[in-house]
Amino acid sequence: MDLSLSSRLDGGRTIVEAVGEIDVYTAPKLREQLTELVDAGRRDIIVDMRKVEFLDSTGLGVLVGGLKRVSQHGGSLRLVCTQERILKIFRITGLTKVFAIYGDVATAVAADD
Amino acid sequence: MALVELSFPARPVHVRTARQVAVSLARRAQLAEEILDEIRLAVAEACGLALAVLRQARDDGPVAVDFDDSDGFTVEVRAGAVLPAATGAAALDVVADAAKLAAEDGEQLPAGAALAVLAEVAPVLDAATSAQGLRLRLGWPAVADLGPAGRTA
Repeated sequence: MDLSLSSRLDGGRTIVEAVGEIDVYTAPKLREQLTELVDAGRRDIIVDMRKVEFLDSTGLGVLVGGLKRVSQHGGSLRLVCTQERILKIFRITGLTKVFAIYGDVATAVAADD
Repeated sequence: MALVELSFPARPVHVRTARQVAVSLARRAQLAEEILDEIRLAVAEACGLALAVLRQARDDGPVAVDFDDSDGFTVEVRAGAVLPAATGAAALDVVADAAKLAAEDGEQLPAGAALAVLAEVAPVLDAATSAQGLRLRLGWPAVADLGPAGRTA
């Protein structure tokens, strides 16, 4: 399955819903979307990964890049992820300490920094 | 099945095909679902490293992947790029260096992250590098070694 991305505003934050697979082929698409949002002034981004079926280290690299970019502008990049198989790769790479990961979008939107 | 061979040009789109073939074959070999997840991720990372090494060498490939279920489940990923000769952990360092150089920009995780993932999900991880290229061997032990949880009922 390919990767489809859509974004919407919620409470001043931009929710990017990712559906499908984030891998070495599709990760550039996510990078492009995050870059466009930051360039458009969206600095508080939530990536909803609940419908992501596969994620590899290339995809992680893009998320880390997105986090660095919003951080440079005083923004935030939060993740919504509930699937154990996806959370596992964050744990293996130690990125659970780097990203704020939530179980649902509403909590991610409402959370204090 | 004993040995299935796959060869593809060094383009990211084909890594998905390699993943799908790996999972399909592992499922036919009746491996447990959580092991299929490990195999899927390991094949993705190994092929991603092979692609990065080839990109650094400005080489179009191919990437060759062999799948073998005759003794557990093993996957061997090969790519022909000139690399310093090494085996084992030293070869993994060579791969990490070559893949790091191939990173397109500063955003990518260090190749060490891909290797960390590989080491976590592949119970057997071996590497060799030489002037003929890179060989990454990933293995999941035979059912008897894994115990009753190793396979689905």
